[in-house]
Amino acid sequence: MRFQSTFGMALMGGAGAFLIFALPRLVEPFVLVDLTVYATLAMLTMSLAFVWGYCGILSFGQSVFFGIGGYVYAVGVLNIGDSTLPIALAIALAMAFAAMLAYFMFWGRISDVYLAVITLTVSLIFFLVINSTSGGEYKIGIVSLGGYNGIPGLPPLNLPGNPDRAFDFKEMYVLTVAVALASYFLLCWTLTTRFGRVIVAIRENEVRTALLGYDPRRYKLAAYVVGAGFAGLSGALYAATGGLINPDVFDFAFAAQIIVSVIIGGLGTLAGPILAVVGVQWLVAWLGKTKITDANIILGAIFVAFVLFAPAGAIPTLRKLAASWQARRRARRSKSAEGIR
Amino acid sequence: MSALLETRVLTRRFGGVNAVDHIDFTLEQGELRCLIGPNGAGKSTFFKMLCGLLRPSGGDIILRGEKITGAEPHEIARRGVGIKTQVPSLFDGMTVRQSIELSALRRQTNRTARKSAMRLMESLTLDKLDNSVVGSLAHGQRQWVELAMVLATDPELVLLDEPTAGMAKDEVERMAGLIREINRDHTLIIVEHDMNFIRMIARKVTVFNRGSILAEGHIESILANQKVRDVYLGKGRDRA
Amino acid sequence: MDLALIVAIEVLYAIASLALISIGLAIIFGMMRVINLAHGEFLMMGGFACTMLANAGVNLWISMLILAPLIVGAIGIIVERLVIRYLYGRLIETILATWGLSLFFIGLASVTVGYFQMGLTPPFGSIRIGVYSEGVYTLVIIGIAIVVMLTVYLFLRHTRWGLIARGTMQYPNMAAALGVNPNRVYAVTFFAGAALSGLAGAVLVPLAGVVPTSGIAYIAKAFITVISGGATVIAGTAAASVLLGGIDQIVSFTSSPVMGEAALLLVAVILLRFLPQGITGRFFRSAL
Repeated sequence: MRFQSTFGMALMGGAGAFLIFALPRLVEPFVLVDLTVYATLAMLTMSLAFVWGYCGILSFGQSVFFGIGGYVYAVGVLNIGDSTLPIALAIALAMAFAAMLAYFMFWGRISDVYLAVITLTVSLIFFLVINSTSGGEYKIGIVSLGGYNGIPGLPPLNLPGNPDRAFDFKEMYVLTVAVALASYFLLCWTLTTRFGRVIVAIRENEVRTALLGYDPRRYKLAAYVVGAGFAGLSGALYAATGGLINPDVFDFAFAAQIIVSVIIGGLGTLAGPILAVVGVQWLVAWLGKTKITDANIILGAIFVAFVLFAPAGAIPTLRKLAASWQARRRARRSKSAEGIR
Repeated sequence: MSALLETRVLTRRFGGVNAVDHIDFTLEQGELRCLIGPNGAGKSTFFKMLCGLLRPSGGDIILRGEKITGAEPHEIARRGVGIKTQVPSLFDGMTVRQSIELSALRRQTNRTARKSAMRLMESLTLDKLDNSVVGSLAHGQRQWVELAMVLATDPELVLLDEPTAGMAKDEVERMAGLIREINRDHTLIIVEHDMNFIRMIARKVTVFNRGSILAEGHIESILANQKVRDVYLGKGRDRA
Repeated sequence: MDLALIVAIEVLYAIASLALISIGLAIIFGMMRVINLAHGEFLMMGGFACTMLANAGVNLWISMLILAPLIVGAIGIIVERLVIRYLYGRLIETILATWGLSLFFIGLASVTVGYFQMGLTPPFGSIRIGVYSEGVYTLVIIGIAIVVMLTVYLFLRHTRWGLIARGTMQYPNMAAALGVNPNRVYAVTFFAGAALSGLAGAVLVPLAGVVPTSGIAYIAKAFITVISGGATVIAGTAAASVLLGGIDQIVSFTSSPVMGEAALLLVAVILLRFLPQGITGRFFRSAL
């Protein structure tokens, strides 16, 4: 049972250092903006990897917290004028909603599949409702929700307390990557605490964990709320980076993109899904640009292929293949040492 | 002295059948009680209700004077009940050490939990297996791991459902010795089929049959009881 | 009085269309325990098949009631043999794999047909009810829904094939021991579910049009109806359709169609909270 391999952490640490210190000198600013978006998606995917891969909660609608974070930031920053409080609110409201949903689901003993259905449906409800808020009468404060067009014109983050000192592209990039990296290490650390170990035990065997005296419902709620907090923060950063939030973040396709990234990256690792979502996002963007074929065809085919052939994910499957290859080599070597043909 | 555990007309229905049929059961503190009876007599169902895995259809369970009927498993566990289930319920993906530490963690800090886990592993001679993944262990070894996990939470009442299943003869003797030692400061109820094992440990025995208590008493008188023999050998069979 | 009749027809239509779009998924879920997230795309493909054939000159009713179902049914068999068959018993994996298929089909449709909408004019025109007019086709759809549900019910209950299908679903090994090939039963059942979805998609085109992303609009409603209904195919779908379709339509009248759909989803989520096995997990359990 790997809580998080040291190799993965070293890789992330090294990559993080490179991304923060070296890369900005090497590429154009617009590339940095793209990478900033990747970082927010990586955070969202990490949150799902934590909630699903480690806690066993099939939060297929995890992207709903991303969307809530984005919209709360948008409404907040345009109303208040300073970005600090909206970020905090984004995290808080995402977590509050998650707590409500978790109470509803876990105390109701909803099983796996229905959890997936319910969380996905909740995301769809948000999509439908917000999509239909076109027209000036749907406002929060001075901000129109904007329906399917969303809320444009969002200012970037500013230095806390100083609304006139906004962050530029490079600063947003460094900040977001740093936050994503910090989230990664924070989640890794969480898994080594008593809380983290109980959560993993619940996924392994919920009944046995309860019989040892841990209340599974409370732990699952806490894990779900923690995951939602990271997702909400990443959504707010996403909105601040692109300057726009629209209902697409609540739709099936976006939810699917995150889920397929966790599947490809592997259930039970945090680093794998991060690499996967970057790969998927890059692929989708590239297909969109080169117009070779519709992105959905490729995404769908990859999705199906992984479920059929590597359901544990790319990295765990590769690990297993590597382990069995090594075992076979060892057996062959010992046989030849004994002179057996 | 009031009993540690008491059930009053405890019942559990499945469909039209009373798997546990209005059972009145009393257990004193410090006892070592064995539950025996043919398969399907209701022993495991009884156990599952005691630890909260099954909700009773009727009746009450009283632990240390407090009703725990229908309480959640983790609540009952926190009141000092530990169960080793008939089919070992373990964390197959974890190592032996991680499993036992996790159990100990419920009442201790990280550091002291690690030490308690070490001690337990040594006394149950699991220390050589401490980094083995539980899923890869043999059935008998899994029983020992589950026992360690149960003991790690230091429960006042220990329920063991067929602890010697799948064990070799020397392991059975070791288990008997261990149980006698556990009995020094814990109360135990043990469901078993192995009569020799029961003879090694038992004082008071309760016989279940068809959801009810058929007989109760000291092991020797139970073995001599004609009704009990009938139930084990089959009623109405011709006897030589 | 006339208004009441119109409202009643609209509510019945909402229930009927919900039942139609769900029955294919219900058969596959209820009989095979497979959650087919590509179901919406089966509806979409049925709609396109019917539209393209009708526009090419084939008789509307034959395209709608015979050819579209057959085409989508055939696609269903291919999907079952290539993908689903490896995932039986693994509910989560079937959700994921069929989700991938859904994306794949949407992409395929977008590339082959284009991103624009196709449609057909509703046959039969309309009738007057007092000062209101109602499309006759609406009543036709209500009729088709009733016929489909009855047919499936009678088929499962009273024919030999229906019995074999039910038996295999419950105890495939037993059925195999009795000489039935479970694989064939699975393929045929998936065919039936897919064909019915194709039929529903085709039947709804005159009123709803069809576009490569039509499936997305259908899948949420169908999915939630089937899960809310529970494992029992006919009774579950019927009960859930009545409840959810009714609520959708009533809320739509008082507010807007989008709110109606949101209300439908919300009620379903709450229902699942209290009846995790769906309606027929608690009531009508021994029904078909």
